[in-house]
Amino acid sequence: MIFDIIIYLFIGIGIFFNLLAGIGLLRFPDVYTRLHAGTKCTTFGSLFLIGSVILIGLKLWWEKDTNGSVLAIHSTIALIAILLTNPVGAHAIARAAHRSGIQPVGAVIDELQTKPVEKNEEKTGGD
Amino acid sequence: MKRYVITTIVCFIIYLLLTTGSGTDVLGLWSYIEMLFGLLLSLIVGYATRTLFIKDNFRMLNPVRWFLFLAYLIGPFFVALAKANLDVAYRVITGKINPGIVKISPGIHTDLGITLLANSITLTPGTLSVDIDEETNDLYIHWINIDIKALEKKPVDCKYICGNFPQWIRRIAE
Repeated sequence: MIFDIIIYLFIGIGIFFNLLAGIGLLRFPDVYTRLHAGTKCTTFGSLFLIGSVILIGLKLWWEKDTNGSVLAIHSTIALIAILLTNPVGAHAIARAAHRSGIQPVGAVIDELQTKPVEKNEEKTGGD
Repeated sequence: MKRYVITTIVCFIIYLLLTTGSGTDVLGLWSYIEMLFGLLLSLIVGYATRTLFIKDNFRMLNPVRWFLFLAYLIGPFFVALAKANLDVAYRVITGKINPGIVKISPGIHTDLGITLLANSITLTPGTLSVDIDEETNDLYIHWINIDIKALEKKPVDCKYICGNFPQWIRRIAE
């Protein structure tokens, strides 16, 4: 019984943070600030949603159902994959955006503009 | 040879995790034929990818580093992740932002360490790693709410951006 309440609580927290990410995407002014909402909130929300699935799997496993073990272990792998790939994806998008010349809206300071150009970049930069 | 063995073992563990529930012969989770086939596949894949998986050193074989990494993940990292979400929630609701891109030099030299730090920075409050200087390992960080006090010193002090994460990561990956 308490186990079920914890599972519902986790699902609730996960949905709340994913909703927050959606609102953030609509409200923020440019790509960088939107990425803030898009990475942090979806990672945290998915962490709790997948956490609830893992708990359901463990509960089934405890009740001698072999499908429970599959559910729990595979969800754990999905969680690790999300934790690893979500920040890397955000990093790639932000870098690509800055290279294609998008300025952060209302920026106080932009130290990346003064970054020296790399050597191998000059060689392949002509295309 | 050492590389080959380590890569094969890691491949085999991942294969076993992905095929749980295939039978009831071993621990009630795997069948013998599945384990045999997994071992065969990991021998092939381990041979093909041994130089990609382990590049130049065997530093991460030390179990103390694994436990430090777990402690880091559960302790300071999870707290920072929770704080980051409350921070973003506050900014989404009020709309108060003061953004900018700053440069920090954390003084970490290994590839694994800088990857860990960049990912941690992205998931902690108000900061997002944008670019890296590959020679000096300086990171360029998009900061959503700049503290004016922090801008007096260049490059910006790490403690404003990521607290004591560089010390943790130096202990884990260097």
